[in-house]
Amino acid sequence: MTAVSTPASLLRSVPAMDNAEVLRIRNDFPVLDQLINGKPLIYLDSGATSQNPLSVIEAEQEYYEQRNAAVHRGAHHLAVEATEVFEDARQTVADFIGANYEETVWTSNATEGLNLVSYALSNAALWAAQGRGGAALKDLALGAGDEIVVTEMEHHANLIPWQELAFRTGATLKYIPITDDGALRLDVAAEIVGERTKVLAFSHASNVLGTINPVAELVALARRVGALVVLDACQSVPHMPVNVKDLDVDFAAFSGHKMLAPTGVGVLYGKQELLDVLPPFLTGGSMITTVTMERAEYLPAPQRFEAGTQRISQAVALATAVNYLAETGIERIHAWESTLGQRLVKGLESIDGIRVVGPASGSERIGLAAFDVAGVHAHDVGQFLDDRGIAVRVGHHCAQPLHRRLGLTATTRASTYLYNTTDDVDAFLDAVSGVRAYFQA
Amino acid sequence: MSLDQLYQQIILDHSKQRHGSGLAETPAPAGATTGQSHQLNPVCGDEVTLRLAVSDGTVQQISWDGAGCSISMASASVLSDMGEGMSVEELHSVIENFREVLRSRGKVHADPEILGDAAAFEGVARYAARVKCAMISWVAAEDALNQATTT
Repeated sequence: MTAVSTPASLLRSVPAMDNAEVLRIRNDFPVLDQLINGKPLIYLDSGATSQNPLSVIEAEQEYYEQRNAAVHRGAHHLAVEATEVFEDARQTVADFIGANYEETVWTSNATEGLNLVSYALSNAALWAAQGRGGAALKDLALGAGDEIVVTEMEHHANLIPWQELAFRTGATLKYIPITDDGALRLDVAAEIVGERTKVLAFSHASNVLGTINPVAELVALARRVGALVVLDACQSVPHMPVNVKDLDVDFAAFSGHKMLAPTGVGVLYGKQELLDVLPPFLTGGSMITTVTMERAEYLPAPQRFEAGTQRISQAVALATAVNYLAETGIERIHAWESTLGQRLVKGLESIDGIRVVGPASGSERIGLAAFDVAGVHAHDVGQFLDDRGIAVRVGHHCAQPLHRRLGLTATTRASTYLYNTTDDVDAFLDAVSGVRAYFQA
Repeated sequence: MSLDQLYQQIILDHSKQRHGSGLAETPAPAGATTGQSHQLNPVCGDEVTLRLAVSDGTVQQISWDGAGCSISMASASVLSDMGEGMSVEELHSVIENFREVLRSRGKVHADPEILGDAAAFEGVARYAARVKCAMISWVAAEDALNQATTT
């Protein structure tokens, strides 16, 4: 079990976030200022989707009011401006995660990004089989006898694409198990990741357990055998400093709507040498160099993976969201959410009949907690909380195999963000403490 | 609409004392025709497997296994209680009535004369996300009933 480390922002002179600052932040989020069932909304479902500050909403509106045009084509003024803000947005997001501009591919969301990698890899096998794409591609082609390794804690988005890639290529899917505390079994991982492993895919932070996985150790295992590393960064990039170069992963995917941006936009990071040799996933306009009646040649990344008219206003809004996070300070946000996460778990642990999944209080976790209430189904817990204006997620959180591993079918999850106060957490805990009595459990 | 109108005492009671629960422990009566249906709500994981036995045009037995929220479990329990002894036509029409009430978003009131204890689920109609919870066993019963009566 890892001890809670002191976040970097606390070591420096930057003041930590507090409730007063959070309340000022909350004023930037129009949707949070409303009553639900006559009670002030307490939004604890940011792990599913986050809310948008006014600046992000306005950025999207401003784009449509002032510059809307198709990018990368047309010589007219609006087209040039639209292209400029679209590509500036890419640079902003690339800088935020320590990537190069060329390595930052727009997707619809993380799910599409992960599917992009899995389809590019099976296309690599098809191309290589026909001598297309050169020697570099041959190394990336999967086939029978090869192995794809994932973990027991994956969200379906970082699981099913690999099941299907295994199906398409004849490769075998293997799982790194977890401990009862929701940590990866690194000792077993060292045995599973072997000479046959071509891909190692895992989440940076678990959307159910709250565990932060040891990326460096896992990358080291993959490097030893020359496997590609794919990181599901959905629950990390919005909440903590992430530098993809420092982590040395080959691919990383995340969604805009989990980090204060609108739905419909996400990002796939990929190392340039990989993106430039991998076959495209979707094909069509905007991603080609020369097209004949018979075949096409493709642009290098990122355009190689951006077929068709892009989600321009959403990309611009995502860059605005990134600026909002950067201005607040992603280290400070991480520290604040760690505090909220610990408060959640500690409080839940002290309520009779509650089983928190994932690391116990005192151990590192992100700012969320999922739990089971003895004798009360998660849906009923969610309904009870909703009646008090508290929004949480209930169900399997797109992680059925993980819930089965935990011996549960559904849990209730409270997930925080930079606009949640400790009072939100306390109101939630107070409500949860009344659940079993209400349902006579 | 208060939470207490959704979670009426009769629902909480049935969610704990689940009548008709346990397929393995209640073998179908000899000579009856049976139908069995498995229904799953992938959104929340609610799951019901319901078996219905019919002879001489009468529902002899409704047994089920399930896992899910209090609404879904109580609904299966109430259905099992009230459906046994009904004629096939009666049960069909009660299911139809229950569905109409549940899908009405609160516009159609439940008639206790028709729905008996199942009228307690009227409040669910106001919670769009929970309608499927209340309906799952009834959908299973309808399917099982069709199987048991089409030979």
